[in-house]
Amino acid sequence: MLKIKNLHASVEDKGILRGINLEVNPGEVHAIMGPNGSGKSTLASVIAGKEEYEVEQGEIFFEGEDINELAAEERAHKGVFLSFQYPVEIPGVSVTNFMKTAINETRKAKGLEEMPANEMLKMIREKSELLEIDRKFLSRSLNEGFSGGEKKRNEIFQMAMLEPKLAILDETDSGLDIDALRIVANGVNKLKSKDNAVIVITHYQRLLDYIVPDYVHVLHQGKIVKSGPKELAHELEEKGYDWIKEEANA
Amino acid sequence: MELKDKLVSSFMAFEDHLEASSPIHGIKNQAIKTFEQKGFPSKKDEAWKYTSLKPVLKHNYSLFPKQETAIDYNDIKKYLIHDIDSYKIIFVDGKYSSYLSQTTHEGIDVCLMSAALSKTKYRLIVEHYFNKAATQDSLSSLNTAFSSEGAYIHIPKNKLVEKPIQIIHFATGNEAALMLQPRNLIVVDENSHVQIIERHQSLTDNPVLTNSVTEIFANKRAIVDYYKIQNDNQNASLIDNTFIKQKQESHASVHTFSFGGKLTRNNLNFYQNGERMDSTLKGITIIGDKQHVDHNTLVHHIEPNCESHQDYKGIFGDSATGVFNGKVVVEKEAQKTNAYQSNNNILVSDKATINSKPQLEIFADDVKCSHGCTIGQLDESAMFYMRSRGIPKKEARALLMYAFSNNVLESVKIPEIKTRINKLIANKLGVNIGFDL
Ligand SMILES: Nc1ncnc2c1ncn2[C@@H]1O[C@H](COP(=O)(O)OP(=O)(O)OP(=O)(O)O)[C@@H](O)[C@H]1O
Ligand SMILES: [Mg+2]
Repeated sequence: MLKIKNLHASVEDKGILRGINLEVNPGEVHAIMGPNGSGKSTLASVIAGKEEYEVEQGEIFFEGEDINELAAEERAHKGVFLSFQYPVEIPGVSVTNFMKTAINETRKAKGLEEMPANEMLKMIREKSELLEIDRKFLSRSLNEGFSGGEKKRNEIFQMAMLEPKLAILDETDSGLDIDALRIVANGVNKLKSKDNAVIVITHYQRLLDYIVPDYVHVLHQGKIVKSGPKELAHELEEKGYDWIKEEANA
Repeated sequence: MELKDKLVSSFMAFEDHLEASSPIHGIKNQAIKTFEQKGFPSKKDEAWKYTSLKPVLKHNYSLFPKQETAIDYNDIKKYLIHDIDSYKIIFVDGKYSSYLSQTTHEGIDVCLMSAALSKTKYRLIVEHYFNKAATQDSLSSLNTAFSSEGAYIHIPKNKLVEKPIQIIHFATGNEAALMLQPRNLIVVDENSHVQIIERHQSLTDNPVLTNSVTEIFANKRAIVDYYKIQNDNQNASLIDNTFIKQKQESHASVHTFSFGGKLTRNNLNFYQNGERMDSTLKGITIIGDKQHVDHNTLVHHIEPNCESHQDYKGIFGDSATGVFNGKVVVEKEAQKTNAYQSNNNILVSDKATINSKPQLEIFADDVKCSHGCTIGQLDESAMFYMRSRGIPKKEARALLMYAFSNNVLESVKIPEIKTRINKLIANKLGVNIGFDL
C-alpha cells in the first residue's frame, strides 16, 4: 500500500529526514516511536503532502503510484489520512460543515454526486456515536476551544467519516484520559480491516495495548534505526532510547 | 467644466424650481454655499488621506436625467431580497419607480422624500428632523443642496414593522455618466422596530457616482437595523453619508457588506443622546481588482451607560485597497461607556493594501474601551489541515475566508439576508462550497 524508498526531506534547507525506508501493506499496523525531534511528525506530514517540506531524494508510492507530486487534497482523495499531533483551530467552520465539505469534495474528485443530506446525517450520527461524541459538539467551530482530548477524539471522528485506506495517527493518544483512550482505540479498531492500514506514532506503550502493531520502528535523527515486533515497544518503554542511540551511533 | 463648478451653476437653475415656501429652502441655499466654499475633499484632508476622489470626479456627469427609463422587474429581481415580503422604494436613474415599488401609509409612512418635502402634513416632521443629524461637511452639504428625492420613512410609536423596507437605486446607463444624490430621512419613534435594506446598483459599465445622505433618528427604545449591500459594477462609485441619532435605550445597528464598486466610501456616524443604548457597526469587505473601500466610522458617546460594538472584517485581493478609520469619542459625562472596536484584515495578494487606524478620544475615566486591528495572510497550517481532509486549495481558501468573516453575520437578524450575503461571499470567492452557506 505504502512504499517509501530512501526518503530525504528538509525544511528551510535543514535536513530532517535522512533516508527513510518503509513498507506498509494492507491489513497491517505499524508503530513509529522515537525521541522528540527525531522526525516522526515530519514523516507523517511529508506522506500527507505538506508543501513546506521539500523532498530532496527518494520516492513515496501509494498503491503503486508515485504520489510525490500530488497535492495534499489529491492524496486525501486517494485515501491517505493524517490525524494531527496538533489539530488546527478553525473558527467559524462547524465540525459538521467541515466534514460535509471534506466528504463532498472527495466525492466530487472521484466523479461522484454529493452525498444526500439524510445519508450524511445518518453517517454523522453513527460515527459520532462510535466515538461517543456529543451531538452538540458537532455544531461548534472546528477545534476552537476544544480540550486536548476532545481535539484528538475529533480527529478520529473525521477519520471514521472519511474511511481512509491509510491512516497515520500522530500522537493521537497524548492528551487522552484512560476512558477516551479506550474509546478512540476502539474506534480505530472497528475501522480496521484487511484492506486498510494504520501507522501509529506514539511515545507510549499504552495505546499499543489497544491498537496492537505488527511492526515497531524507531526513528532517530531522521532515520529508521531499528525495526522489530510489538515487543520492541515494551523494551523501549522500559529502557528508553539511549541504547538505541548508542547502537545507531556505533 | 469642473464638476464642482457644474454643480454650483446647475444649483442656480435647479433652485428656480424650488418654492420659496419649501421648509428646506433656506437650508439648501446655505448648503450650496458651504459646498462652494469647501469643495470636494482632497487627500490633504486628514479624513481623506487614503482615499482620492480624483478618478471619480473626472467624468462629465449628468445631474438631472430627463428621460424616464422603464426597467423590467425580471431584470432587476436578483438585486432585491425577493424571497420575503417587503416594502420597496425603488428609484431608476434617481426617479421614483412606482411600478417597481411598494410603499404604504397605513399606520406607518414608507414613501418618498419628494412627497415629504412638498406635502404640508409632513411639514412638522421635516422641519424637526431634516438636516438635524447630517454634518456640514462638503459632501453632505452638496447632497443637502440637491435634496429632492429619496426615501422617507416615519414609524410612529409602538409599531413593529414586520416587513423589511428595501431602498434600491438603479442606474440604467442611459446617461453616459450619471451622478445621483439620494436623500433619505428615517424617523423611528418610541418603542418601534424597523429593518431597512439599502442597495445601489448600476446596470451597465457607464460611470455612476452616488453621493447619498441618510439621516436616521432612533427615538427612545426604538430598534433600527440597517443593512447596506454594496456590490456594484466596476465603474460605479458610492459616497455613503449616514448619520444616526439615538435616544435613550434605543438599539441601532448598521451592517455594511462591501463586495464591489470602483470606489466606496462609507461615512457612518452614530450620535448617542441618552443613556443605556447601544450602537452596532459591522462590516464585511471582500474586494479585488483595483477596487477601493473606505470605512470611516464615528461613534460619539455623550451620556453614561452606553455601548458600542464595531467589528469590521476585510479581505483584499489583487491591487485592491482598503481603509478603516474608526473614531470613538467618549465625552466626560459618558461614564461606564463600553466601547469595543475591532478591525481584522487578510491580504491575499502582495499588491493589496489596507490602512487601518483607530482613533480613540476618551474624556471620561470610568470606561471600558478596547480596540484591536490585525492584518495578516491566510493561516498556512489551517490550509494544510483542510487540504489533508480532501478540501482543494481554492475551496479551502474560500472556507477560511468565509470563516474569517462569518461572525459578522451572526448579528444579522433577517435569515434571507444572511443567505444572500453568504451566497455573495461564495460568489466573490469564486467557489461553490459543499454545504449550504
Ligand atoms: N516547519 C519547520 N521549520 C523548522 N524546523 C522544523 C519544522 N518542522 C519540523 N522542524 C524540525 O524538525 C525536527 C523534527 O521535528 P518533528 O516534529 O518531525 O519531530 P517529532 O519526532 O514529531 O517530535 P515530537 O516527538 O516532539 O513530536 C525538529 O528538530 C523540528 O524542530
Ligand atoms: Mg511529532
